[in-house]
Amino acid sequence: MEDKVRIGVYICHCGTNIAGVVDVKEVTEFTRGLPSVVMAKDYIYMCSDPGQNMIKDDIKELGLSRVVVASCSPRMHERTFRQACQEAGLNPYLFDMANIREQDSWVTEDHSAATTKAKALVSAAVRRVSRQESLEVKEVPVSSSVLIVGGGIAGVQAALEIGNSEHKVYLVEREPSIGGHMAQFDKTFPTLDCASCIFTPLLSAVGHHSYIELLTHSEVEEVSGYIGNYKVKIRKRARYVDESKCTGCGVCIEKCPWKVDSEFDEGLAKRKAIYTLFPQAVPNVPVIDTEHCVYFLKGTCRACEKFCDAKAIDFEQKDELVEVEVGGIIVATGYQAFDPSTIAWYGYGRYDNVITALQFERMCNASGPTRGKIVLKDGSEPKSVAIIHCVGSRDKNYHEYCSRVCCMYALKYSHLIKEKTSAEVYQMYIDMRCFGKGYEEFYKRLSDEGINFIRGKAGEVTDRTITEEEQGKLVVVCQDTLLGSLIRVPVDMVILCTALEARSDAEGVARLFNISRSADGFFMERHPKLDPVATMTDGTFVVGCCQGPKDIPDTVAQASAAAARVLSMISKGRIEIEAATAMIDEELCSGCKICNTLCPFNAISFEEEKEVSQINQALCKGCGTCAAACPSGAITARHFTTEQIMAEIEGVLV
Amino acid sequence: MQAVSPYREAANIIIEEGGEPLNLCYQCGLCSATCPWNLVRSFPVHMMIHEAQLGLVDFESEEVWQCVACRACVQRCPRGVEIPDIMRALRRAIVSLGIAKVPDSLRITVKNVSSVGNPLGEAAEKRADWAKDMDVSTFIEGTELLYFACCIQAYDPMIQKVARATVNILKKAQVDFGILGAKQTCCGESVRKAGMESVFQSLAQNNISVFTEAGVKTILVTSPHCYHTFTQEYPKFGGNFEVIHFSQYLARLIKDGRLKFTKELNKKVTYHDSCCLGRYAGIYDEPRQILESIPGLELVEMRDNRENSLCCGGCAGRLWMETKKGERFSDIRIEQALETGANTLAVFCPYCMLNFEDSVLTTDKAGIIEVKDIAELVQEAI
Repeated sequence: MEDKVRIGVYICHCGTNIAGVVDVKEVTEFTRGLPSVVMAKDYIYMCSDPGQNMIKDDIKELGLSRVVVASCSPRMHERTFRQACQEAGLNPYLFDMANIREQDSWVTEDHSAATTKAKALVSAAVRRVSRQESLEVKEVPVSSSVLIVGGGIAGVQAALEIGNSEHKVYLVEREPSIGGHMAQFDKTFPTLDCASCIFTPLLSAVGHHSYIELLTHSEVEEVSGYIGNYKVKIRKRARYVDESKCTGCGVCIEKCPWKVDSEFDEGLAKRKAIYTLFPQAVPNVPVIDTEHCVYFLKGTCRACEKFCDAKAIDFEQKDELVEVEVGGIIVATGYQAFDPSTIAWYGYGRYDNVITALQFERMCNASGPTRGKIVLKDGSEPKSVAIIHCVGSRDKNYHEYCSRVCCMYALKYSHLIKEKTSAEVYQMYIDMRCFGKGYEEFYKRLSDEGINFIRGKAGEVTDRTITEEEQGKLVVVCQDTLLGSLIRVPVDMVILCTALEARSDAEGVARLFNISRSADGFFMERHPKLDPVATMTDGTFVVGCCQGPKDIPDTVAQASAAAARVLSMISKGRIEIEAATAMIDEELCSGCKICNTLCPFNAISFEEEKEVSQINQALCKGCGTCAAACPSGAITARHFTTEQIMAEIEGVLV
Repeated sequence: MQAVSPYREAANIIIEEGGEPLNLCYQCGLCSATCPWNLVRSFPVHMMIHEAQLGLVDFESEEVWQCVACRACVQRCPRGVEIPDIMRALRRAIVSLGIAKVPDSLRITVKNVSSVGNPLGEAAEKRADWAKDMDVSTFIEGTELLYFACCIQAYDPMIQKVARATVNILKKAQVDFGILGAKQTCCGESVRKAGMESVFQSLAQNNISVFTEAGVKTILVTSPHCYHTFTQEYPKFGGNFEVIHFSQYLARLIKDGRLKFTKELNKKVTYHDSCCLGRYAGIYDEPRQILESIPGLELVEMRDNRENSLCCGGCAGRLWMETKKGERFSDIRIEQALETGANTLAVFCPYCMLNFEDSVLTTDKAGIIEVKDIAELVQEAI
């Protein structure tokens, strides 16, 4: 076999990136003497068209059966050169790349050492490539349906993009209706358009869309399969209201005698035990909260049932398990707000008029607990309001990251306070971060409206007053770093700009969808710049605040991006899967199952009948973990066989 | 208007002297807002840090000596900046380069420490005099515990009672312990925070070799300052001993039933968390457990307690420097204690005790409130 191998080697200058440090002529000369090398050349830019054409021509003219390019990292141009080989009729897996830039010329200024190392790397690649085998890239068909998890602005936007292209979408939402956090807001920055005016048309469009199947009050329980062919189990929790009969008249809610704190109104108002989240809820079908419904607690009442003309109340309704097959998954599970009671010195939970940002949003909302009025606990209008930035953000004791939206919504709040009351507004900020389109202009506009900016992280909110002016007020104590002195600001209301944080159940969701999380708890994208919505699991995407704090424009952009990624996959109808996968020799497998648990892609399962493990070729990414761990040596990682690796090592050493 | 230019050389010196945490500061001002100095006068901590970042510190300013290293700011700092390390670096720069004057009272005290091994300037050989008539064994190899009394407890006639109470309790619980006399010196904790690094290092090396030669494994301390420096600073100089603060040991003796109370103590007591035991070592529960186990004693909390405790003003060399009347944290703390209706202020630190005793006298509160070390209270009840 050794005689038939005809290797062509190309040493790239990469301008002066490589040639400025490595003596490429010397390396080329050295390469000519290596076993099975029939040709070695150096060239200024191998990745250029002439460079690629040179490879193609040589394969045809010299009958090369293997190709090595010594240039940059395979992450940059492996695909380019494989493609060139393929176009000339050579299997792309008969190509290998030696990295003499990132791993050599860029990391030393010692020319002689760099040249020596380049020779070693080329020698390794030459020995390895002669043992490489042809592999075939397979394609699998793709289901054209899509699962979207989370019905906030991110999920809604993605659902509409995909639904509008006439592909089936299953939109799963845990709450009784879609809308997420955006449905709670009053106005949106920097344009100050009414949040529900721009959002409810989208919610309604989703509700009526013939390609979108809405599964509210539902949660994903199990995900199996792989890109293009996921199987998903969804638990549709019982609403105790028959969706097909309910007319959404609301009589049941009106008649229900039991009240509890409204989560949607952030505890500022009560809701009934049978309820919808807000007036424009989609679907407009109430749900019974069994933890507070007296019928479920004590077996009496049934007021809702008595008054429902449509006979839609169904106390016997059971959870339903729905199974769907989808090609791609978009996770859009959003964020939760930081609980500021952990920062005791801001007095949240201790002082009535210290409220969170979301509570203030609800207060401003016309359908909210105060019908849009900004009021203190006693119902009176505040004469002064302090807005404290960075509560739980930019702070290593809580969350080190910047929550990215607070500066802007704090400006928005200032405007709303000025518009609705005659109160003075004080902003305690560390840095104003107004980076988006139209944001700096908004900052200017609000400055013009006469806001007091105090530069410093607030130290304390206290009712311990010193002066007469402070009597009956809350005093915000803060170092004004620009004044260089401590400042005490007596106010009636304090709004805490609480951090956006990963949901407390994010770990479980990550496990369910086999996606990873970054150190801050948010879901991790495949690449922060070049692959911002994909995850390490092919076919599964993350969008919106579950990936990290972001504002509505960024969320919508991400949602559309993920929709485009999913559509490009399902509209083609098939996907290529990695050829360099692992395989198990059933004769050698002892059935110990060690590989089953180690596989990071859940690609290995145990076949009970044969008592051997099996690798799902569509899921395997060829990482080699199983091959390294197998105590029986039954697993071979294609393209990374022991023989190939040993040859490579030998090449470095000789 | 005169413009200033950054002075990198000065900034580099501060960093070399251990001030590198200053690089992390993003000037939010929370330290300045949190600092207890706000109660009596201004102390813009963040501005000093910014000046240090640019090498523009006024080394002649008395503010360089103002920080008490109570760590209230560090606890809340969003970047976790070890601000006392920066303040210490400024002082070290002054001491090592002689670029400004060291306050007189501090200079004299440190001179005492380096010449006779204690800040009071007493003779080294008198270090164990407090135990003269008490039949206390000298530590020998094999003794379970070395009891290391702080300089103040060893020499100050007002505070020696704490060391004596400690010994009485240990005897009652039949603990195998001993003391070392003249050879050991001040632990050097405050000396170091005051910027006197070479004096500190010679104290540390002396103590480490004395302990090592005597075969010490476990050290019992009654000062949280000794506790901090023995646990956090001595290991870097090769001193690796098991160190127990008396609060921890006493709580254990009571829990294990080795110490039984026989008398009721009808006192209303509030406990002051010292910075070194609290924010530095995280010991908040044991002192309270001990007090609550004393029959008849009622424990009440001051408004600033545990992590938010108000410093007595005595750390980082401030104990030896004059603080003007009206600017003493200890006076405010006595007021806070009185607000609770307590008749006893319990402490577990000799520095706090000195400062509070002083405040009680100078603010005319003697007879209304008494200051007691927890060891004294326990001694009374057994």
